[in-house]
Amino acid sequence: MNSIVAQERIIALRKKRSAQDLRFKYYGFIAMCLALAVLVFLLYSIFSRGFSAFQKTTILLEINYDQEVLKLTPDSTDQEIEKGKFFKVKKNALNNVFENLSKSDAKLIKKLFSTNIDKEIKNYYIDNPSVLNSTQKLWVTAHSNVDQMLKGNSRRDVPEDRRKLNDIQLSFIDQLVEEDRIQKEFNNFFFTRADSRHPEIAGIAGSFMGSLLTLFVVFILSFPIAIGASVYLEEFAPKNKLTELIEVNISNLAAVPSIVFGLLGLGVLLNVFGFPRSTPLVGGTVLALMTLPTIIIACRASLKAVPPSIKEGALAIGATKSQAVFHHVVPLALPGTLTGTIIGLAQALGETAPLIMIGMVAFIPNIPTGITEPSASLPVQIFLWVESAERGFQEKSAAAIMIILLFLFMMNALAVYLRNRFEKKW
Amino acid sequence: MVENNNTKISAKDVDVFYSEKQALNKISMDIKEKEVTALIGPSGCGKSTFLRCINRMNDLIEICKVTGSIKVDNEEIISSSTDVVSLRSKIGMVFQKPNPFPKSIFDNVAYGPSIHGLADTKSDLENIVITSLKKAGLYNEVKDRLNEPGTSLSGGQQQRLCIARAIAVNPEIILMDEPCSALDPIATAIIEELIDELRLNYTIIIVTHSMQQAARVSQKTCFFHLGELIESGETNKIFTNPDNTKTQDYITGRFG
Repeated sequence: MNSIVAQERIIALRKKRSAQDLRFKYYGFIAMCLALAVLVFLLYSIFSRGFSAFQKTTILLEINYDQEVLKLTPDSTDQEIEKGKFFKVKKNALNNVFENLSKSDAKLIKKLFSTNIDKEIKNYYIDNPSVLNSTQKLWVTAHSNVDQMLKGNSRRDVPEDRRKLNDIQLSFIDQLVEEDRIQKEFNNFFFTRADSRHPEIAGIAGSFMGSLLTLFVVFILSFPIAIGASVYLEEFAPKNKLTELIEVNISNLAAVPSIVFGLLGLGVLLNVFGFPRSTPLVGGTVLALMTLPTIIIACRASLKAVPPSIKEGALAIGATKSQAVFHHVVPLALPGTLTGTIIGLAQALGETAPLIMIGMVAFIPNIPTGITEPSASLPVQIFLWVESAERGFQEKSAAAIMIILLFLFMMNALAVYLRNRFEKKW
Repeated sequence: MVENNNTKISAKDVDVFYSEKQALNKISMDIKEKEVTALIGPSGCGKSTFLRCINRMNDLIEICKVTGSIKVDNEEIISSSTDVVSLRSKIGMVFQKPNPFPKSIFDNVAYGPSIHGLADTKSDLENIVITSLKKAGLYNEVKDRLNEPGTSLSGGQQQRLCIARAIAVNPEIILMDEPCSALDPIATAIIEELIDELRLNYTIIIVTHSMQQAARVSQKTCFFHLGELIESGETNKIFTNPDNTKTQDYITGRFG
């Protein structure tokens, strides 16, 4: 009798256990679906906003490269060309966009174009000096307001006083569209230019270069130091209270908010050592300090993962300790250390707060060429663009986020590749 | 068999402590040249610990403390002034689990000679590698693929590669820490034959769990129990007519 009751209890318990198992499986599945949904939503919102930034609007303009107006001759030197009166040529061209324009209409027309088109007209002449005294049809960049209106990012059905473009300008645009004198083309400026006050000619080349230079500094500083520190701690350091304290504090440092490192950079690197402000050198140094603990922890983990039997084998045939470590343990740990370093670099790439503290948030309209030149960086550039009121910058910031995500994705792919390629099995 | 009386290793009152715990208690023994000495005993009896004292591998364990005296060729090795690197080049070691470096077969064997500077030229090095592989009875199996990774070999071949690696640096003594425990019976038989050949040139100390193996390969046997050396002597005598009842109980399988 008793044994039957016990039997039933066991069966009931078994059912309960398998139901528990199943329930947990579903919980996990639901959690994963939620995470995926959030990720898809995030990517969708970024991509749908950012894609239009890869195109710019251009307007066809008839430009008369008149010798008299330009004050140039076919024999002019480069310096003279630099001083040529291209703005006058531009003015003439703008006045003739439509026939019989009144003065006030001409002013409104002018605002449909980017302020940068003098340079485009000049650059075209520099590339083709033979156009002197001829009339050329040139696609020049439209103003961001026009660009945004045509891309549908700003609405035209709002009252006139709440629009950047008034009714007359809209009718001009409509006329240009009708006459096929306005088009969208690939936005090369976005990839070749640095930041600008004008959204239509602002690009990420400057901040991308800045990020690259900063990462270079981070790598140069943190990789050797991290390898040295982790090899010492893992293989050579005596296990005593002091090294224990150091180990605990490396973990603690990894958790220090990044802005604290920014303050350190400001207080010590800029104010005490006089590093040049806003440069990849100081930004990279600060980020290297920030990522060092992470990289050291990753390096130590990969050194620990090398089976001790390899080191013992080397020691047993009379290798010195450093030979055993550097001939056998470090090479085997290298894929892991590289992966850890790249993960650390990826963390540094996305970091904004410390860079703001050391002045990399400044408006830098040039592409930096060295680590001691002022420069921006990608995340700070996004921060600056998101902050600015002009609608043209909104799509730019989304596009810049796409670029930084791509950059991060590529770095992680490289890490995975290196790990799979060089990892040795034993 | 010609008896020789040259003592190669002489241990006296060796104590080993792991922190507070005593692992070996006053071990004294003499090990003769060019003989196989087997250390047997139940798990945790300290036989591996003793083996690792002889080439100072216990140094790697931070909490391990060794006192007493071990003399190799009448030179004290348990002292802080001992040159551990030259000691280990004189005493090779083969581990329980084959541990070839994740490098080519050639590089595995060549590593020792090259760090010790035993070969002046490349062909010298090649000679050493080939001779060592031949001595380890592996050459014929691997001569066509010396550049393949050592880890691609079978377990028994890997273990013989480790033996070749050990003898490439011209040791006089080879320590073997349960060299066959990870191998199948056929690979074990090959290694045992090899040990029998190596005995002609090397002094061999082998730790083993298998009493049959000890009986097959060794001339002398030492029985350890709970950190103490219970009995040592001729293998024949230990296995047929031990003095101590504990030894008797162990070899007849009553415990351990």
